[in-house]
Amino acid sequence: MSHVALAAILLLLAALGYTMGRRRATALSGGQARRLHSLPSYHGLYVALWCALPAAAVLAVWLVAEPQIIAVLLMPSLPPGSAGLTDGAFQLLLGDIESFAAGRAPEAGTDPAVIAAARRLSELRQSGFILLALAAIALGAGGIGWSRSRIRPGLRARNAVERATIVIMIAASTVAILTTVGIVMSLLFESARFFAQVPFSDFLFGLQWSPQTALREDQVGSSGAFGAVPIFAGTFIITLIAMAVAVPIGLMAAVYMSEYAGKRARAIAKPALEMLAGIPTVVYGFIAAIMVGPALRDAGEWVGLDVASESALAAGLVMGVMIIPFVSSLSDDVMNAVPQTLRDGSYAIGATKSETIVRVVFPAALPGIIGAVLLAVSRAVGETMIVVMAAGLAANLTANPLQAVTTVTVQIVTLLVGDQEFDSPKTLAAFALGLVLFAVTLATNVIALRVVRRYREQYE
Amino acid sequence: MNQPIAFTLKPTSAPAVAVDSPPKMSARGVDVFYGEKQALFDVDIDIHRNRVTALIGPSGCGKSTFIRCLNRMNDVIADARVRGSITLDGQDIHDPGLDVVSLRARVGMVFQKPNPFPKSVYENVAYGPRIHGLAASRGELDDIVRASLERAGLWGEVAERLNEPGTSLSGGQQQRLCIARAIAVDPEVILMDEPCSALDPIATARIEELIDELRLNFAIVIVTHSMQQAARVSQHTAFFHLGKLVEQGPTEQIFTSPRDERTQGYVTGRFG
Amino acid sequence: MSAAANRLRRRHGAEWRFRACGAIAIAIAIAILAALLGGILWQGVGALWRTEILLDIDIDAGTIDPAGTRDPAALAGADYGVLVKNALRARFPEATERKQKRDLAALASNEAAYALRDRVMTEPGLIGTRLKLWVPASSDVDMLWKGVLDRDTLVDGGRLDADQVAWIDALAADGSVATSFNAAFFTGGDSREPEQAGIAGALVGTILTMAVTLVLSFPLGVAAAVYLEEFAPKNRWTDLIEVNINNLAAVPSIVFGLLGLAVFLGFFGLPRSAPLVGGLVLSLMTLPTLIIAARAALAAVPPSIRDGALAVGASPLQSVFHHVLPLAMPGILTGSIIGMARAAGETAPLLMIGMVAFIVDIPGGITDPSSVLPVQVYLWADAPERGFAEKTAAAILVLLVFLAVMNLAAVVLRRRFERRW
Repeated sequence: MSHVALAAILLLLAALGYTMGRRRATALSGGQARRLHSLPSYHGLYVALWCALPAAAVLAVWLVAEPQIIAVLLMPSLPPGSAGLTDGAFQLLLGDIESFAAGRAPEAGTDPAVIAAARRLSELRQSGFILLALAAIALGAGGIGWSRSRIRPGLRARNAVERATIVIMIAASTVAILTTVGIVMSLLFESARFFAQVPFSDFLFGLQWSPQTALREDQVGSSGAFGAVPIFAGTFIITLIAMAVAVPIGLMAAVYMSEYAGKRARAIAKPALEMLAGIPTVVYGFIAAIMVGPALRDAGEWVGLDVASESALAAGLVMGVMIIPFVSSLSDDVMNAVPQTLRDGSYAIGATKSETIVRVVFPAALPGIIGAVLLAVSRAVGETMIVVMAAGLAANLTANPLQAVTTVTVQIVTLLVGDQEFDSPKTLAAFALGLVLFAVTLATNVIALRVVRRYREQYE
Repeated sequence: MNQPIAFTLKPTSAPAVAVDSPPKMSARGVDVFYGEKQALFDVDIDIHRNRVTALIGPSGCGKSTFIRCLNRMNDVIADARVRGSITLDGQDIHDPGLDVVSLRARVGMVFQKPNPFPKSVYENVAYGPRIHGLAASRGELDDIVRASLERAGLWGEVAERLNEPGTSLSGGQQQRLCIARAIAVDPEVILMDEPCSALDPIATARIEELIDELRLNFAIVIVTHSMQQAARVSQHTAFFHLGKLVEQGPTEQIFTSPRDERTQGYVTGRFG
Repeated sequence: MSAAANRLRRRHGAEWRFRACGAIAIAIAIAILAALLGGILWQGVGALWRTEILLDIDIDAGTIDPAGTRDPAALAGADYGVLVKNALRARFPEATERKQKRDLAALASNEAAYALRDRVMTEPGLIGTRLKLWVPASSDVDMLWKGVLDRDTLVDGGRLDADQVAWIDALAADGSVATSFNAAFFTGGDSREPEQAGIAGALVGTILTMAVTLVLSFPLGVAAAVYLEEFAPKNRWTDLIEVNINNLAAVPSIVFGLLGLAVFLGFFGLPRSAPLVGGLVLSLMTLPTLIIAARAALAAVPPSIRDGALAVGASPLQSVFHHVLPLAMPGILTGSIIGMARAAGETAPLLMIGMVAFIVDIPGGITDPSSVLPVQVYLWADAPERGFAEKTAAAILVLLVFLAVMNLAAVVLRRRFERRW
């Protein structure tokens, strides 16, 4: 990680700049800080920022642009004839060169042309890095020199530093936007490549999902079948089962906690629910696969039902348990937001507690509860580990919860885990599924958040 | 409101209170504690039918606390404790044989801020009769709703808007809706905890008229901040101070010749 | 009157039933939690011990140091497995057939040879002598001795044969089988053999990944929160950021994995399976949660503090950095720790960026291939060998302890520094 070393050097340089700036400001003030517009430490920071920011910008630009620049420069040194290769073979060639350059491939048995290209690649990288290091350090030093020369008693160093701080903070707050843009772009881009090979309608309405069937390049239907309906159906069934567990238990738990439980009961129940929420999903997956699945199969045998050891039921039940605390804490919040005066009004007419809850609190809290359930649904749809470990891979189009079904997230994981070339419809299909998942959960969240917000406003 | 209070009591057509008739409710030696803090000390008072009893006093004096004892709304507050006896028609309201649910059906309450349920006007009024099973059919329920709204003086304004949400009414209408809701279960006593404090003067006047009419059928207890209001609507007044019932008597006497100098100080506006 | 009384009784019955439903819901949740933790504890606690066999080993100089130079390189490369096998054969001379000999050798773990080597390397004087040494048994023997599987299951399943069971019984009869604390579980890396598999690689991987996550997400999150809460003008742009952050917090974690795969691995060409990429992905995932928590903490500081600072002539930035931020820090830290704990339990996005590979070596830096605790749990849960079930549960225990410590830190922090305004 010579980049890390470079960053460390730049930081040291910035620290040096800070002391220099501070000293100079102190010297100019003749030991009397009041003669300065800004405190000496701001002059120090002023110099340090002038040193670090331009250099860091260069470093960042280089990190982003390096692969492209290197690739362009490498072109002339590629083995002859590689311009005519197909996209896939070209990527493969680059991979070979890359792995040789990284020292992962033995010299013997490697094409000399590849070795030559790999050497050139290493050279390019090395000189590129040296260039970068020199440029960054020169910029840092130059920044120190220039900004130090600008220090005067009247220099508004504090204002400059504060402006820079604000800009840095604005940049930090745009990271969230960039993340969304990154997600949308990468999903859209890869999905577009997928839909170039598999028609959109086949994907969305096809009843057959078997991406793994393609064995050979020339095989008929080599791209496999990419009809995602069985996957959507499986996701739907499991989500439904999970909701059937989580909503009644979560809701009633919330009612009990907020309306009935005494201090002591709450002191036990609240942390217990929080612990359920804190358990990693992989642990739930383990429970579903090792304990619940086999137990259901045995129970099924006992009553004469054929239950698959990886069944929608096992995954759905455990997922429901995982979501209980989610539903309960959200609906607890929502019901607490119902004003006490409404309850008082109901009690004053002579309603019992349960009548008040069912006829006044629930209806008043209904939008909020719907919002909470929607958020829980989006959680269930996007949940991965439980279904990966307990729901199975078979894309059965069935409504029978005792059979194995597969879900969107399971397929994303199975299509992408393991060594895959990055171009086959198989891996690209994962991104198309990811796009569907993102779109569905996003829509659910937007609606849910809007419903909840409108509900809150009603009582504020 | 700066002019001196006119203590001329409005002559009413209501029947005179039969003083020798047994009280509807009576409280003896009532103490209330919130946790460690004692909020009420040894309160004795009688509530009579066909009479408006006003509870007055500076804020924090315990009048709201006391009115909430009468239908055991203090049960809702976690660490509130009530001591002493409160009877309704001679029966102790804390008697385990008397159900708090049926107690509240007999002793209704209207709150400071109008609190209609987020349901339609009709459902707001029908709620009580429904849970208490007072109507055998939809028609009967319709009748009860209509009668209650009429008695609350709201029917004319909402007859065409029965299916609109109760929260869409104006503040004064909402408060009358809450009164209609309270009388729909046919209570014997109606408690009103500063029912006009969130309303404008016109709406307040409307409610005050209503209170005077309701006196014909119910025993009414009203907590109020405004001495003018107590003077206008009540026949009997009790003055609370620092958790103690300082003085009570016919409204006219309390306002014209109070016996206790604290009462005198309060009604003449020297503190409060 | 009686109709009314009946009705009242019915209403109270409904009340009681409703309340019971609530209590039952709570009871179910608590019972599930207890069953879950109890089941994992019961399954996993066995992995803290391992079965060892006492062997009387003839450390034959001719086998491991034929040249007689005691050269450490030669000693390190020698075949100690033969010595272990010979020791077993000497103990049970009746095993003569090929299959029997193989079965006999299978009683001891491959690890036995390494244990012997380490011992000889530290004490070269042992060469040429006989040494009584406790060596780790194979996984099947371990399962049998600890009683995880009964002998019928093992024999019927073909894991052990009758001879092997008899030998174990014979060894047990003279006190040559025992269990001892399984330190190797906490110091070793992953392995294909259940009895040798350890958690250290995944633990170090988790710590490295979390370090990257913390270093990236904490400053970014705090900076973003301070800007949005204290300085951002109310306009379309900041509204967009706000909506965006709320929605990102609810995006499924696996989508962040896809982002990492496409951008960090595909576009930037960062190394697969590395804590660096894992940390990058997890920090993007944690950032929204962290910003929301930090903003809540900042918003809880009363405006009078800002006014006070501004009134003595501090700049808005100074009033925030000198007064508001320090006061909000406990809340921000609590929120960050809880966010970190959630990230530490995350599996799905890390599968996407290849942290699911089989990695034996303990990672030494943030670009080394590595696993993390939850992924290790996933890998072991998938392994068919029965011995891994115990390891999986034990790995879960380690993970849960790790998370519990983090959450406890958050609770302590909150108790200690929480301030009500």
